[in-house]
Amino acid sequence: MEGAWRWLREHAVQIVGVLVVLYMLIPIVVIFGFSFNDPAGRYNFTWVGFTLDHWSNAFGIPELNEALLTSLKLAVLATVIATAIGTLMAMALVRYEFFGRRAANFLIVIPMATPEVVMGSALLSFFLILGTFSLGFQTLLIAHVMFCISFVVVVVRSRLIGFDRNLEEAAKDLGANPFTTFRLVTLPLIMPGIFGAAMLAFALSIDDFVISNFNSGTTVTFPLYIFGAAQRGIPVEVNVIAMILFFFTCAAMGFATWQQRRAEKMTSVRPEQETTIAVPAGAPAAT
Amino acid sequence: MRRRVAPYFLLGPGAAWLLLFFVVPLYYLFELSLNAGVFGSYHFDWHWANYSDALSLYDTQFERSFLYAGLATLFALLLAYPLAYTIAFKAGRWRNVMLFAVVAPFFTTYLIRTLAWETILSDQSPVVKVLDTLGLAPEGHVLATGGAVIAGLTYNFLPFMVLPIYASLERIDVRLIEAGKDLYASATQTFFRVTLPLSAPGVVAGTLLTFIPASGDYVNAQFLGSASNQMIGNVIQSLYLKQSDYPAAAALSFVLMAAILILVLIYIRFAGSEALMGEEAV
Repeated sequence: MEGAWRWLREHAVQIVGVLVVLYMLIPIVVIFGFSFNDPAGRYNFTWVGFTLDHWSNAFGIPELNEALLTSLKLAVLATVIATAIGTLMAMALVRYEFFGRRAANFLIVIPMATPEVVMGSALLSFFLILGTFSLGFQTLLIAHVMFCISFVVVVVRSRLIGFDRNLEEAAKDLGANPFTTFRLVTLPLIMPGIFGAAMLAFALSIDDFVISNFNSGTTVTFPLYIFGAAQRGIPVEVNVIAMILFFFTCAAMGFATWQQRRAEKMTSVRPEQETTIAVPAGAPAAT
Repeated sequence: MRRRVAPYFLLGPGAAWLLLFFVVPLYYLFELSLNAGVFGSYHFDWHWANYSDALSLYDTQFERSFLYAGLATLFALLLAYPLAYTIAFKAGRWRNVMLFAVVAPFFTTYLIRTLAWETILSDQSPVVKVLDTLGLAPEGHVLATGGAVIAGLTYNFLPFMVLPIYASLERIDVRLIEAGKDLYASATQTFFRVTLPLSAPGVVAGTLLTFIPASGDYVNAQFLGSASNQMIGNVIQSLYLKQSDYPAAAALSFVLMAAILILVLIYIRFAGSEALMGEEAV
């Protein structure tokens, strides 16, 4: 008994930590569990019985499919645009000292420190007063690119800061022109950062509700569909699709981690580490 | 010459996008907040009364937003610190698994996560039955109370608290903590005089990243609260999208942004600016 108390006291922090992790996973378990539910009415809130019907019928609700397709299209486009222009911004901020650099940093940070409801309502005000953009897919795209850029810059920038510029110098010394250097040296090395940034942008875009709620017009994305359906009862298929997205994202995360490890191996080929390899044959092994 | 224009060329598209679709809209928000008239005939008129009207009508929702967001931030900090500490110092080979568990909720849609809490906290759920027997659920229900909204906010923004704290703990030189022990400080003293101060930037960043989105949120109050738990985000959403009372909504939105900006500035005055700007920006 005494020993058990001591163990508990010594491991109190870990125990709390593990409990918090479990707490974070509870809703995922609930979503997964209730994707097998067979609700009696329209509301999927109480457990009735087990069924696989909703998994086999995952794409059987036309409005839901359409919303999901809109979300995917929007997320892919927003990710491509935001990742491209965000990567360029990160390059400018890390590699150049120039007038207005602080202002540019501020411009990137401030959207991340603004509540979504303010961004959404400001953009709606802009679109309403201007009147040139009709609310719909195009305004959603504008909004999604806008809130993704900052996150792309932050992720790519952190990758560029640890970049060994000698590798680029070496490429130039070997006669590569700036474009070839970028394509064959810089890009492969910062690729994990760009890929990570793109994944983050995609996740932010596909999950966005608040800003889309303000600027969607009559276009319906996946989160907007859920919000609309919440009042009249959400079909179980929503849980199924949420879990499919979840597993898909997990797989993409795994791929990103693998790519990151590969890139780390690539960068580890450095002159100062060659000295350890260049031990003459037959020399006594270091103990 | 080429080196001097290159950064502007790289910065151009992104900066233009942010200026045109973030900064300029804020100006339009401000302009709309000073419009007068009724729906269909709104016109700019320096109508400052929108602000005093909106604030006197919705002051309770404003106060409630900051109260709920503040409490959610506090609870998130209390939950996140032990977790971040465990991942940074105690997890060993479980570190990546635990980090994955922290970000995993992001892989399920925000709205569905919140709806899952609606299921968990509904009157029939075993969780609520347990809370009821412990006397923590007055009249046997949790849903549609302020507590449910705060719980939802705490849950939804918890990863934003965990990750910055973890990042700052992970950077701490373990030798500093060992030095504290070598100098005969107790574990508690070492924690409060060495570890906690060194992780302060992470705590500051985490509290900002939790408090800011929580104070403007309206999803949790919508799904988990009742009419008497509405936050300022709910009011802005409903005035904009249901009642089309744009000037009042714009005024509220502008006040929300200003209030948060002032709070953040006061906060980083005490806590240091690198937390918000990120160490890279220095």
